[in-house]
Amino acid sequence: MNCKKVILELTSYLDGVLDASVRIDLEQHLARCSDCRVVVDTTRKTIQIFCNSEPVPLPDDVRERLHTALLERFRRNSKTI
Amino acid sequence: MVPCQLSVAGSPQLTLGARRIVSATDPKPLASTIVRDDEAQLVSAAKAGDVSAFEELVNRYERKIFRLGMNITQNREDAEDVMQDAFLKSFQNLDRFQGDSRFYTWLVRIAVNEALMKLRKRRPNQVSLDEPLTEADDPIFREIEDWGPSPEQRFAQTELNEILTQVIGELDPIFRVVFLLRDVEGISTEETAQVLGISVAAVKSRLLRTRLKLRQKLNKYFRRSESQ
Repeated sequence: MNCKKVILELTSYLDGVLDASVRIDLEQHLARCSDCRVVVDTTRKTIQIFCNSEPVPLPDDVRERLHTALLERFRRNSKTI
Repeated sequence: MVPCQLSVAGSPQLTLGARRIVSATDPKPLASTIVRDDEAQLVSAAKAGDVSAFEELVNRYERKIFRLGMNITQNREDAEDVMQDAFLKSFQNLDRFQGDSRFYTWLVRIAVNEALMKLRKRRPNQVSLDEPLTEADDPIFREIEDWGPSPEQRFAQTELNEILTQVIGELDPIFRVVFLLRDVEGISTEETAQVLGISVAAVKSRLLRTRLKLRQKLNKYFRRSESQ
């Protein structure tokens, strides 16, 4: 396997859905190619950093308007039942 | 699919989510991070007319849906509209929810459609999910430098959030949405394709490009030389 092929298979590799034989080839390449190791490792960390990020705080006024709108909808629905 | 799941065969299993972390040495999820499995019960109760059950679903997901709206639209007012419309429409159409997927996945699908409509209204000529990709901005193999073990710990949470918001905001919506659905919200490739009306192959291709683009963008903050 060459570097270009590693990149093409990167998403499947990181998602754990790569065929076993391709994965073995890829990992053999990673063992001897430090550039590809860095790309794989930093791409994995990129995903992890986004996944670990906290949801932005929901401003109080935004939340209040949401719940007011929902209450209004609940009331309207109960009247139509 | 579990949100933010990275599974690399041959490496320690690492499952990450906005609210769940499982390590190879401690496979038991932290109590506070478990996705509560009473969602289906809440949905059933809400369908039967229990509004407090629906409110519990809202309380559970409002921040995540607001974040998704912010990330896609990059605008607070639009994000608020997206969140409000998503919850109102999901309540209104609860009877149509068949339970084939998680309620949250269904909710995300509604929110994404609302957010994309906002973008199309704002920039009708710029937002096409069918836009062909060019090779001109190929990010592959630019700036290859290691980041060290926990690069994000070099930043305070607020600063890190600003960096992430900025780099994701720099992406074209066609890339941004695919990454958010697949990697942050944990929606499957097939469902992402369905939500966006594009092929599975297009989802895979855009996901690869987006991951590499984001890696490249984060490189200037996280590379090892920046910490020295």
